[in-house]
Order: sequence, then structure tokens, then C-alpha cells
Amino acid sequence: MEEILRVNNLSKRFEDIEVLNNLSLSVKKGEVVVIVGPSGCGKSTFLRCLNGLEEIEEGEIFLDGEKVSSNKKNMSKTREKIGMVFQSYDLFPHKTILQNITLAPIKVKKRKKAEVEEEALKLLDRVGLLSKKDNYPRQLSGGQKQRVAIVRALIMHPEVLLLDEITAALDPEMVREVLDVVLSLAKEGRTMLIVTHEMAFAKAVADRVIFLENGKIVEEGSPKEFFEDPKTDRLKKFLETFSYEK
Amino acid sequence: MNFEVIRDYLPLYIKAFMLTIKIGWIGIALSLGIGVFSAFILHFKIPIASQIVKVYVELFRNTPLLVQLFFVYFGLPKIGISISAEAYGAIGLGLLGGSYMTESFRSGLDAVKVSQTESALALGMSKGQLFTSVILPQAVTLSVPAVVANLIFLLKETSVFSAISLMDLMFTAKDLIGLYYNTTECLVMLVVFYIFMLLPVSILGSVIEKKTRFKMFGD
Ligand SMILES: Nc1ncnc2c1ncn2[C@@H]1O[C@H](COP(=O)(O)OP(=O)(O)O)[C@@H](O)[C@H]1O
Ligand SMILES: [Mg+2]
Repeated sequence: MEEILRVNNLSKRFEDIEVLNNLSLSVKKGEVVVIVGPSGCGKSTFLRCLNGLEEIEEGEIFLDGEKVSSNKKNMSKTREKIGMVFQSYDLFPHKTILQNITLAPIKVKKRKKAEVEEEALKLLDRVGLLSKKDNYPRQLSGGQKQRVAIVRALIMHPEVLLLDEITAALDPEMVREVLDVVLSLAKEGRTMLIVTHEMAFAKAVADRVIFLENGKIVEEGSPKEFFEDPKTDRLKKFLETFSYEK
Repeated sequence: MNFEVIRDYLPLYIKAFMLTIKIGWIGIALSLGIGVFSAFILHFKIPIASQIVKVYVELFRNTPLLVQLFFVYFGLPKIGISISAEAYGAIGLGLLGGSYMTESFRSGLDAVKVSQTESALALGMSKGQLFTSVILPQAVTLSVPAVVANLIFLLKETSVFSAISLMDLMFTAKDLIGLYYNTTECLVMLVVFYIFMLLPVSILGSVIEKKTRFKMFGD
């Protein structure tokens, strides 16, 4: 399968701490890559570098064969191709659910309002939130807001979708409804990079799992190898923190 | 209380009321303009201009309107600018109000969460689209309570206009008391007219506050 995203020797530091250390990665079209690792290991920073929210200092990123540069003009073109959903949903509080979703396609892609709305309603229906279209974000639960945030990213037709701990702020009973949406996206062949602490979900959704520690890829493999037969002690230790067996 | 006195004075009070409102709202319009302009300068950290705005804000927020009015009233003619007392009043109020409005709008702009910027950028929006569609509408809503408080404060501050011989409400009341000693009637009328001027602003303000807060609260 064709390569859609390529990262070569990416390094990133904040003042004196090295957050990403010579990181390389290749993602194929339709592949779902899950990134796990202890908090503070650089997962968010990595995703944020991919869509230019953090400046790239060393290394190169190629999206669909084109080099992603920190050049301001090209950046918003790149961002149209990379969708991102954050832990804190960050819906626009002053806009209705429908307006939240249609804002970017209308403003950025200059698409026709009627056409965008039609697509938005279809997507909302798909995630079970059609009835909320005229509500404001504050009237929705966390899980509902996160589903809207996913739709808001999807309507830009991104080639790659980045999901950064999108269930970490949710009450446990809402995690499922959001992960189900992500799982259905994986099934329809979307390319995704997913950061999560939900190991059971990672196992179900991933084509490949990556263990990141101190800004380096320590181990990677298919979900089966990764969870059932971890090679490195560090990954074993990390996975142990998620089980309660004695 | 002598109602005949009140009836006799009413036309004078109404005239003063209209003048106070006129200068008050011209001054407020000026202050809104100055406030928005200066807040943008601070928000976008425009070099030199933001230093000037900072000095201006501190200077005008930390001196009484009376002192500012004297400066405008006695100062401008010295540098060859001579305008009507009404214009001095409006400019003085506009400058004072501008410093308060600057702070209100700036804190509104700063209160919009950084994550809002990031999620808009992540959707491919340009800096301009981000500002007009995401930041500005939220900032305006967030500034409403402070701006309404400023409006009421500024309208009350008009009472010092009398010091530069503007025949506003305060001037009229003081003048009449000095001439005829109908102190009770004059003061009651003064209070009633001020309430008449401020109550609608106060009520309208809280309606707008409620309306906007309902949309914004939480995200
Ligand atoms: N803007 C920033 N300035 C300084 N340090 C930062 C900044 N963003 C992240 N860091 C630091 O970089 C490290 C990695 O952060 P992050 O990528 O958020 O980790 P993760 O998402 O894996 O928890 C942390 O030590 C964090 O404190
Ligand atoms: Mg993180």
C-alpha cells in the first residue's frame, strides 16, 4: 500500500528538554497507528508537529509526498489535509453544533453552504446527534461534544486524522460511544494516528502500535505482538501498569 | 415638597438631561472606538503602539476625570485648539472611558482560550478567519459585563462636567439651589433624572449579559 505520511528524524526540544528525539515513522494509506506511552513522553508534541501547531526544528515530514514546512502559507494547506481532534473537544462555544461543523468548510474551502450543511447533517446522523444540530456545545455531554469534534474534523475530508487522547476527559460511560465512532472510521479505511490510554481499544483498532518513551520509539509491532509478547522490559513495565492482576 | 417648584424647574432639568445624555453618549461612543482600537493594538502586541497604549491606560485610569477635564479644558486652548465646552466634555469622557474600555476589551480578547485558536488552526483557518470567526465573537461576549459596568460608571462621571461650566444635570441642580434654596426639590429631581438616565442602561445591559452568557457558558 501507498505511503501517505513519512517522518524523518524529527527532533524537538523545549528549552533544555529534548521532547522528541530523532523520531522516524512511515504510515501507509488506510493504516491505523496507535501511539502509547507514559504521560509527558512527547505523544502530543509529536501529533502537534505533524500539523504544524509546534514548529519543526529538525527533521522532515512528508504528507502525500509533499514536504510539510513551517512556512505559514503552506501550513494551512497542510492542515486542511490533516485533521486533528483534541482531548478537550474545543468546540466553538458561540456557534451551534451545525455551525461548528460547517464553519471551516465554508470559510476555508469556500464550499457552498447548502451543500456543506447537507453533508454535515449526514455525518451528524451517522454519529447519532442529528437532533442536536441547533443546540450549543454547552448543552451537550462530553461524549456528544467529542463526537461533534470528530465530525468537524471529518467534514474537511482529511487524508490523515490525528486523535490525541480524545476520551481522556470523558466520564467512563461516555468513552464507548466515542470509541465506537473511531472504530467505524477505521473500518472504512481511514488513515489515523491515535494517542490513547485505552489499551483494549488500541488492541481492537490498531494495525500497528508504537510505544513512545522519552521522545523515542522504543518498540512497535502488530497489536497481537505488542500486547501479548512485548520484547522490551520498558514496554512490559508500561503494560503492567494497566493490569490489576497480582 | 413643593410640586409647583418641581413643575417650574422641570424644563430646566429636561434641558440639562438632554445635554448630559448627548455629551455622555458622544463620549461613550468615543471611548468605545478608542477602546476597541487600543485593545487590538495590545492584543496583537504591535511594537511601540502598545507601549503608548499602556502609558495612556495607566495615566487615565489613575487620575480623576475632573483633573483630566481641567487638562483638556485649560490645556487645549494653550496649544491653540479652542472648542466648545461640550466638546471638551465629550473628549474628556471619551479619553477616560477609552482607558477603561481598552482594559475591558483586552481582557475579553485574552480570555478566549488558546485551545480555541489551536482547534481553529487545525481546521486550516487562516489567522484572519480565526480572529473574525472564532476569537472576536467570543471576546465581545466575554467583555460585555465589564463594558456595561463602564457605561454606567461613565454616565455617572458626567456629573463633574459642571466644573467646566457645562449646564448638565449637576450644574443645573447646584445652580438652582444656590439661587433659590429649594434644596429638597432640586436634589430629589436630580436623583430621579440620574436614575432615569441609568436604569435603562442597567436593565438593557443585564438582558444582553444573560443572552450572551447563555450561549457561551461552558463549551
Ligand atoms: N509548550 C511547551 N513548552 C515547554 N514544554 C512543553 C511544552 N509542551 C510540552 N512540553 C513538555 O514536553 C514534554 C512532552 O509533552 P507532551 O507531548 O504533551 O507529552 P504527552 O502528550 O506524551 O503526555 C513534557 O515534559 C512537557 O512538559
Ligand atoms: Mg498529551
